Amino acid sequence: MVTDQMATNLARLNVPPSVATSQEMTGTLKAEAQNLNFYYGGFHALKNTNLPVYERKVTALIGPSGCGKSTFLRCFNRMHDLYPGNRYEGRIMLYPDQINLLDPTVDPIEVRMRISMVFQKPNPFPKSIYENVAYGLRVRGEHNRGRIAKNVEQALRSAALWDEVKDRLDEPAFNLSGGQQQRVCIARALATDPEILLFDEPTSALDPIATASIEQLISDLKERVTILIVTHNLQQAVRVSDYTAYMYLGELIEFGLTNNLFIKPEKKQTEDYLTGRFG
Amino acid sequence: MSPIDAVHSAPIADTVVTPRFKRRLFRHVKERVIESILLLLALVAVATTVAIVAILVHESAGFFEEVSLREFLTGTVWSPLFENPRYGVLPLVSGTVTVAGIALAVALPLGTITAIYLSEFAPHWVRETVKPILELLEAVPGVVFGYFALLLLTPLLQDTLLPGLPGFNMLAPALVIGVMIVPYVASVSEDAMRAVPMSMREGSYAMGATRLQTAVRVVTPAATSGIVAAYVLAASRAVGETMVVAIAAGLQPNFTFNPMEQAATITAYIVQVSQGDLPHGSLGYQSIFAVGLTLALMTLGFNIAGHWLRKRFREVY
Repeated sequence: MVTDQMATNLARLNVPPSVATSQEMTGTLKAEAQNLNFYYGGFHALKNTNLPVYERKVTALIGPSGCGKSTFLRCFNRMHDLYPGNRYEGRIMLYPDQINLLDPTVDPIEVRMRISMVFQKPNPFPKSIYENVAYGLRVRGEHNRGRIAKNVEQALRSAALWDEVKDRLDEPAFNLSGGQQQRVCIARALATDPEILLFDEPTSALDPIATASIEQLISDLKERVTILIVTHNLQQAVRVSDYTAYMYLGELIEFGLTNNLFIKPEKKQTEDYLTGRFG
Repeated sequence: MSPIDAVHSAPIADTVVTPRFKRRLFRHVKERVIESILLLLALVAVATTVAIVAILVHESAGFFEEVSLREFLTGTVWSPLFENPRYGVLPLVSGTVTVAGIALAVALPLGTITAIYLSEFAPHWVRETVKPILELLEAVPGVVFGYFALLLLTPLLQDTLLPGLPGFNMLAPALVIGVMIVPYVASVSEDAMRAVPMSMREGSYAMGATRLQTAVRVVTPAATSGIVAAYVLAASRAVGETMVVAIAAGLQPNFTFNPMEQAATITAYIVQVSQGDLPHGSLGYQSIFAVGLTLALMTLGFNIAGHWLRKRFREVY
């Protein structure tokens, strides 16, 4: 049933009412954060967070600045290991392997080999377009030129960039526009065939047209890969995600099917955020 | 009459305007004076360079009236102090090139590796300890390094690897200069690497790269422009270094590229002549300006090459 309040929310977020039908929370678990705590030195940044990540679905993390969404995302590929003084507690289980990604005996490099990441600002390497996309294969020790060429082409096609760059693969990636650079970064992440793709506000540095193409891409990619995306843009969360988690001050307040969460949030805090009362 | 017209046609009182204009004029003059002083100070360096080039060219012109350019550039004997002086610059150039080449062969790899270590691997406290010590090495006078080469390194090499090494040779000073300029290479390269944004490193780590892969395949190429600048600085230092070779290489102009022999470099020759062995105004005296010009042109060549390489590798991030 669609209440008045829900209708207002929908209208504000441009959700077509047809989409807003009730759905069941189903699917295979790909990963799950269990009682995850994270500390930047003495600062307790994530407090006892629990989140299921379903296979081949898009899960969006929303919340006001500083709420810990990026911190949460970066636990999944152990990016926090790069800086001293960071500490994890709890578990992030990866399925079907049933391994805890945060276990000290798990090599973060192995984790990053299977879980790729696309950053907020396009960060191509000072190399050609081709070499940017081939980078992940090269660091994995792949030498077979044919295989590399094949993966690079596939990845660029998946990133909807192939037709634009196929004649200029040897040009530096810096010559491309911001949106194209971000798609190079997505192709780079895809070339190694990751199981989970992490997006950390991938469109916040892009113009609306580039944003639209990246969003389309994310929707297409979920056919093959599990996606976790941090976004500041609520419409974006509605457009691309199947599930949404709302975070506030390091806590995971609410998680649910995107349509349910946006139309009828269970918690008052979530509703206040979604209706723009703060944040 | 509209209200706007009324505002425009309102009389402006003189008493308000005049003092304001005066203050502005005063400020204007003050700014111009300060500007001129700053310009003059900036011109000191430019003027010095222009004066050096002018003197080098002028005195060299006198030299080249007596000695043909062809003899100067192709002659293989440099003996301005002999009764029958010969002015072929090649022995000095070969000495300079040999010493600088060996020095750079030592300094560039060592300096680059040091920079990569300090920038990408060393823990904070190591970097904060090692970098000041390295920079201290820059402050040690060349004379000290010269005696180090002559009295310590040469005997050491004679006793161990190269028993036939003469007491004066190019090898020892070249190796010492190499170590001497490591801090230049390391310090400037490290600054360039540290300037590479963290987001680029994170991109590499996120692809599953190791620290070494990130350092070698991403950070170093991203910092190429700055690293090339460090190399050019090192090359200029190696070519221009005077005291170490003057002390330890023997001051004997010798057309050879064999580092086991004694030889003189351009700078060492200039030191020797400046000590007063040649009368002022003589042809031999003028010869130091000709070789000085040669040295200046060599260094200029490095700088142009370096400028071109820096532009070629400049990355925007």
